[in-house]
Amino acid sequence: MTDTLDTPPKTLEDGNEDAPAYPIKRGCPYQMPPGYEQLREKGPISRVTLWNGRVVWLVTGNELGRKLFPDARLSSDVLDPNFPLLAPRIEAQRQQAAAPPLVGVDDPVHARQRRMVLPSFGVRQINALRPVIQRYADELLDTMLAKEPGTTVDLLTEYALPMPSAVICELLGVPYEDHRYFDERSRHVLSSSGPEQAAQAQQAFTEILAYLDDLISRKQAEPGDTLLDELIARQMEEGKVDRQELAMLATVLLVSGHETTSNMIALSTMALLAHPEQLEALRADESLMPRAVDELMRYASIGDMLMRVAKEPIEIEGHLIKAGDGVILSTMLMNRDPESFGRPDDLDIFRPAGRHVGFGYGIHQCIGQNLARAEMEIALTTLFRRVPTLRLAVPADQVPVNAPFVLQGVSELPVTW
Amino acid sequence: MRISIDTDRCIGSAQCAVAVPSVFEQDEDGFSTVIPGSENAGDEPPGLREAVRACPVQAITLTDAGEA
Ligand code: HEM
Ligand code: SF4
Repeated sequence: MTDTLDTPPKTLEDGNEDAPAYPIKRGCPYQMPPGYEQLREKGPISRVTLWNGRVVWLVTGNELGRKLFPDARLSSDVLDPNFPLLAPRIEAQRQQAAAPPLVGVDDPVHARQRRMVLPSFGVRQINALRPVIQRYADELLDTMLAKEPGTTVDLLTEYALPMPSAVICELLGVPYEDHRYFDERSRHVLSSSGPEQAAQAQQAFTEILAYLDDLISRKQAEPGDTLLDELIARQMEEGKVDRQELAMLATVLLVSGHETTSNMIALSTMALLAHPEQLEALRADESLMPRAVDELMRYASIGDMLMRVAKEPIEIEGHLIKAGDGVILSTMLMNRDPESFGRPDDLDIFRPAGRHVGFGYGIHQCIGQNLARAEMEIALTTLFRRVPTLRLAVPADQVPVNAPFVLQGVSELPVTW
Repeated sequence: MRISIDTDRCIGSAQCAVAVPSVFEQDEDGFSTVIPGSENAGDEPPGLREAVRACPVQAITLTDAGEA
């Protein structure tokens, strides 16, 4: 439906009364939360109300989202006072002196930072890591399977979290002995729920930062050949990046490398267990896994709400996004847009590869996506191959779901076999 | 047909290199390039147009011979 030429474009104020509270807690960790149906029907762009009463735009259409994601007038600058925040907890975190590198800055700063770390995340580099990933997966399962069948274990802490954690530590050059130190802390940064945990999240971030700062000193004294060593030698010692920025950059990589993939491994496990025919097909033909991983990314859309602030006005599809307006791009609704995906609410690992935005789109599209895909493929294939009788140890609706304003996932996943 | 990548725009997402490895590859810095010679290799490789659409920063352009 397009507006006729003489209708003035609608602004945020034109629909204030019809802006539901947002974000909304998921009932099932990989399904749309209640109220998303209605938001989808309003598409491709509507309005929602945040915790502090502020009304912002919500982009839900896939095609429209693909136009807006790359639009340079939409900024990721978290230090902009108009940047929309999903919870008071995050408001507290903003009191930091500097914006988080990559995710929280715009070009040209963003491009410079991305260039520094990009070579380590290429397809070839990640493929070379596959045997390492496989080894970690097998070692963790050896430990888990040494327990009696029938034992209940938390798949998140036994497998889904330590595996990506060990891998990102290895890639960056964080000694393996230290990786468990981060598992806890990065979990607090990205997924801690409850407003009272603002301080905890902040403290965890500060501790990781301090650790990395110290690690930089140790590496300067005793260089190795990891990403961090390279950044120190090629960038810091040549004056292209200062120590503080480098420690922050490493912190962002470390934290994003932990929580994201682990949540996807947990939710994928749940979703596949709930679709036994598709799981059987995957077991019978493991070459289906790469495609299945992308379908699971689409289906679960764990990085659902991507925030932006408009730096300049944008007129689009009969709407006027004014400078200073907050914009939230809902990857889940874009990934379940019926115009882009047939029967969008069904998991279908045989679906033709579509254009999901589970890793985002535009200049901030996930730098770790090749790594994440490799980890998910190996984690899921190995898990279902080695533990054919794997099942949830509690009913699916009793698995605790994360708060709505953080990365989507579960806080534990009790399983048995 | 000519295939070109705007290297100033490319963010090294590798979408193209994964989708059509016969045409795109990543260089040492992590950015994608068109494999020399692949443009004139006869038939349009399957998935090429989809790769153009999938690029998150719209850095790939195809110029059909005779069209542009
Ligand atoms: C399945 C797992 C993952 C999911 C669902 C995911 C999702 C995303 C999304 C949606 C964005 C875009 C954010 C935005 O536009 O504001 C993003 C960016 C990013 N991701 Fe991931 N990610 C995953 C794994 C990883 C891994 C393993 C790393 C490891 C380093 C990583 C590092 C990053 C970084 C650094 C950015 C910011 C890139 C930039 O701003 O240029 N991610 N991710
Ligand atoms: S898809 Fe686009 S951004 Fe990604 S590597 Fe290819 S040209 Fe670069």
